[in-house]
Order: sequence, then C-alpha cells, then structure tokens
Amino acid sequence: MTLEFKQVEKRVGAETHIYPTDLKLEDGGFNILLGTTLSGKTTMLHLMAGLDRPTSGEVWFNGKNVTRAPVQARNVSMVHQQFINYPNFNVFENIASPLRIQRTPAVEIDKRVAEVAELLNLTPLLKRGPSELSGGQQQRTALARALVKDSDLVLLDEPLANLDYKLREELRDQLPKLFENRGCTVVYATSEPNEALLLGGHTATLHEGQVTQFGETAKIYRRPKDLRSAKVFADPPMNTAPVAKQGDTFVLNDTVSWTAGEQQRGLGDSAYTVGIRPHHITPAARGAGAVPIVGEVLITEFSGSESIIHFRVEGRTWVSQAQGIHPFEIGTQAEFFLDSANCIYFGPDNELVSA
Amino acid sequence: MTQKTTHQKAWLLVTPVVVLVAFNALIPLMTVVNYSFQETFGNNIFFWEGTHWFEEVLHSDRFAASLVRQIVFTTIILLIEIPFGVAIALSMPRKGPWVSVCLVMMALPLLIPWNVVGAMWNIFALPDIGLLGKTLNSLGFDYDYTQQPFSAWFTVILMDVWHWTSLVVLLSYAGLSSIPEAYYQAAKIDGASPWAIIRYIELPKMKRVLIIAFLLRFMDSFMIYTEPFVLTGGGPGNATTFLSIDLVKVALGQFDLGPAAAMSLIYFLIILLTCWLFYTLTMKDEAQ
Repeated sequence: MTLEFKQVEKRVGAETHIYPTDLKLEDGGFNILLGTTLSGKTTMLHLMAGLDRPTSGEVWFNGKNVTRAPVQARNVSMVHQQFINYPNFNVFENIASPLRIQRTPAVEIDKRVAEVAELLNLTPLLKRGPSELSGGQQQRTALARALVKDSDLVLLDEPLANLDYKLREELRDQLPKLFENRGCTVVYATSEPNEALLLGGHTATLHEGQVTQFGETAKIYRRPKDLRSAKVFADPPMNTAPVAKQGDTFVLNDTVSWTAGEQQRGLGDSAYTVGIRPHHITPAARGAGAVPIVGEVLITEFSGSESIIHFRVEGRTWVSQAQGIHPFEIGTQAEFFLDSANCIYFGPDNELVSA
Repeated sequence: MTQKTTHQKAWLLVTPVVVLVAFNALIPLMTVVNYSFQETFGNNIFFWEGTHWFEEVLHSDRFAASLVRQIVFTTIILLIEIPFGVAIALSMPRKGPWVSVCLVMMALPLLIPWNVVGAMWNIFALPDIGLLGKTLNSLGFDYDYTQQPFSAWFTVILMDVWHWTSLVVLLSYAGLSSIPEAYYQAAKIDGASPWAIIRYIELPKMKRVLIIAFLLRFMDSFMIYTEPFVLTGGGPGNATTFLSIDLVKVALGQFDLGPAAAMSLIYFLIILLTCWLFYTLTMKDEAQ
C-alpha cells in the first residue's frame, strides 16, 4: 500500500496551493502532515483522496497511476475536523453506511459494525442519533465509519482539533493502535508539533505549500533539513540568531560565545544561523555546555508545571521553556543558560549544516 | 430554605412590550370577541347572544363550502410549492457569479405588492387579449377564468405558485448553504449517489427551514385574500370564494358583524391549532 506523489502540483487561478511535490508514503505506516493553517495540509489530503485533481504531476497508489481515478474508485476513507455523520441515521446505520453502499451482505455488516463499535467503545450508543452524542462520541462514530470500510488509505484531517483537551488526549492514545495491523496507509494532518511527536510514525513538514522534509518523526525533529522545517516542527517556536564561527568558537555577541562541539569542528569560519529549542534555554545552568546569556524579561507564562519566559537580548526576543515555576519580575535583567551541546546550525542558504 | 427573590422592577421593564402587544393584538382581538357574542344595530346598543353566532356559522353550508375550498386550495399549494421550491433550490448554483443573479430573480416576485400581482395575472390571463389566456386558447384549450370554475382555480393556483414558490426556494437555499463542504466530501468518499446525497444529507439538514417554510406557506395560503379578490373576486359564482373573501362579504357586504366576528374567531383558531399541532409533532423527535 504505497502512495506516491510524482511532481504533484496544485494551482487555483494564479495562486499555487501546492508546489511540485515528490512524496512517497510507505505501506502500512502512520504518516503525519505537519504544518500551520493554510500551509496546504487539507489540499494535500484532498489530492491524496482524489477529491481534487492535481494541476500537473501524477498520483500513484500501489503501483497504479490513479491521478484520474475518481474518489469512489480509490477505496479511501476520511475523517474531518468537523464531526461529519449522516444526521438522521443512528450510530449503527452511520457506521454501516459505507458498507451499505458497497452492497455488503447484512450478516457481514452486523458483524463488522459490532467489531468496530466495540473497538471504539460505541457499543452502548449504537441506537442513538448523532444529535444525542457528545463531540467525542460523534468523532468516534466518524472514525468507526472510516475503519469499517477496510480502506487502503485513511485520511485524518485534524480529527482531534475540535475536541476538548481530555478527549483529545484519550483519542490520540488510541489512534495509532486502531490502525495497527490493518495494512492501510494512514495520513494524519495536524498543526501541532507536539501531537506529531506523540503519534510517532513518519512526518512531512509543510510550509506554504511545500513539503520541506519527510522522514521518521523523531529524526526530523532532531535533524530538521533546513530552517523552515525547523520552524514548522517547533512549539514554542525555535530561537534563531546569527552567529559567527571564529576558530573553535561560535560568537553570538560581545559577551556570549561558546566552544564548538565535536561535530562542528569541521565547519569553516563563516556566518551561520544557530537554532536553539526553547527547552534548551533554562534559568539554571545544566551540564558542561551551559552558556550564560543575560536579557530583559518581557513576559512569563506558566502552564502547569512549566514556565515559558520571553526575554530580549540586543533587540532580539528569545524564548525559554523551563520546568517548574520561575516567577521573574517583568522588566528586570535575568540570566539564562543556552545549552550549547543542543544547538543546531544552518548555513547561509538556511540548510542544516550541523545538529 | 431558599428565599425566592422577586424583582418588582422587572414589571416596569416589560411594560412597553405589554402595552404594544395590547394595542396591536389583544385589544382588536377582544373587540372581535365582544362582537361575536352580541348583536348590535348601531348606536352602541348591544344585545347578548351567547354562542348563537358560533352555532350559526358552524352549521351554515356556506361556511362549510368556503372552508372546504380553502383546505383544498392550501393543500394543492403546499403540495406544489414545497417540492418545487426545494427542487429549484437544489438546482441553483452554490458559488460563482450566478448566485446573486439567481437570488435576485427569485426574490423578484416577492417584492411585488399583492394587489399588483392580482392585477397582473388578471390581465395576463384574459382569454381574449392576455398572453396566457390567448396562448392557451390558441393551443386549443377552452380557457376562460372569468366563466369556468376550473380555469379560475387553475389561474389562482398558478398565480400563487408564481408568487410564493420563491419564498420556499430562498429558505431552502439558505438551509443548503449552511451545510459544510465536508459533508459532500464524506458522501463522495463513501460513493454515495446524487440522490442519496439529497435524501440523506441535504433534506435532513434542511428539515428546520422546511418546517418554517411549510408553516409560513400554510398560514399565508390559508389567509389568502388580495390576489384572488383582484383576479376573480371570488367567482365565477362562488368557485374561488375562499374563507377570507367570504368573511369580508359577510362583514362588509352584508354588515353582519356578529356572524362575521364569530367566523373570524373560528378561522383564527383553525390556523392557530393547525400550526401548533404541526410544530409540536415535527419538533417532537428533535427534542428527544
């Protein structure tokens, strides 16, 4: 079950929604499309499903060119951000609806719906109508509809975005397990980097209609190919700043500099962009590579057990994400520590040179 | 024990509404109630009649005939306008430059004053010089709405369909436009047929606006007066004398204020009861 984009491009009028893209999703995997709103996630899903035709390029599925094949011929299923169910069918009929259209025998329908309903804890609700369900139950029904069909390709378009926090966590835990061993390729669109990390699998980062990188989720998180991918895959946003390499030292400004790590020894003396994730800047020194940096505190936010502190150094805003509560006074000078061992460096064309 | 607090000041705040409703609804209605139980010969002299006028109206063949005509007319109107309106709404474009063109064209009949509609059709359908009447006759149909009851009914119904289907169209179209695109995508992915999309997505999603459309068309057509009055004046004979036309004949033609008042109240109660029944029944499964 491989899905392959060959130079797929989508233009609407003068606007380019998707720039020519090559992408190969391997069989049976859990794939994530990560990008901000309007980055083209939904367009990508529509192109995969066949709801939209590419302006140019080809879509191949299981070694067959399906570019011109209508959506009905592709055996895909999709779950949307809104909770989409047939309004006057009960849960059972909703789950059974794709099978009814395929003219599956009634006995088989009963069996498969019962199976899927059990899997998604919908068994006690089978007789209810969609208007009598909570948001989470409605979305589970929509998921069950996607599952019952035994599609080759399952597309999930931010399915958890409209759910409240608790339900989102619960369903997110279940999702990868639901699709395990089903032999289908799953594509999950999300705008939240943390969600991508929690789900695992493979991730494609999307930036303004371009797939900037595709690979194992953890790998591309650790080694973003370029600055754009790094920015898409970071929440809170990654700190970036120009640095100069002089010998074995990276110089940020007159007071802040650090010794290059072993991987960076080979880099020539030149200007680079350093990227540091917020959780590698902390109010307390950690480890040998800690580099002190002093700035003016702008905002401190507390989210449960962690603090997010924005501070300014020479006109540039930095963000630190630290465990515990750190009540900094706004406007005061405070000392933070960069973890120089976890810095990544981008060259002049914003390509990754060292991580 | 919890103390129930009362805010006397609140009465002050609702007074304007109470006064307004009293003047435009309650007081005129009570006047009619007043007339319906009494006999008057002018000079503000009234004689108590009890339920006499009501009994008279309910036992009169004339009222029964008007009521039957009214029910037949309203039923035909609803059977035509609701499905026809939904069908037009379904076939209208959802986006693009034609949307506004279609909407304006649809709204046009609704913007024409009712007596103008009557006068228009009066001329349009004249068998000797009207475009419609002349055409029908030259096609071999024996058509003359001023002489034949069937022609008169045909014209009144055609006129009402022309005038009011747009309302159903606009309401249905509003209901259709509120269906998220994702529903259509989901149906497409399931492989649902166009008919299944209408039957299982669009119609259920339009249910609420259709109930409103149905109620509005029921009430309006049940109270129809101006257009048939201008077109046929209730004739030929009594063929198109609907309830309100009959009522005006009794009240202003014969000046029988008592029976007319009783008739008005019965008329009003029929509409109120039908609407209430319909609304309660259709909303019952919604509430569950």
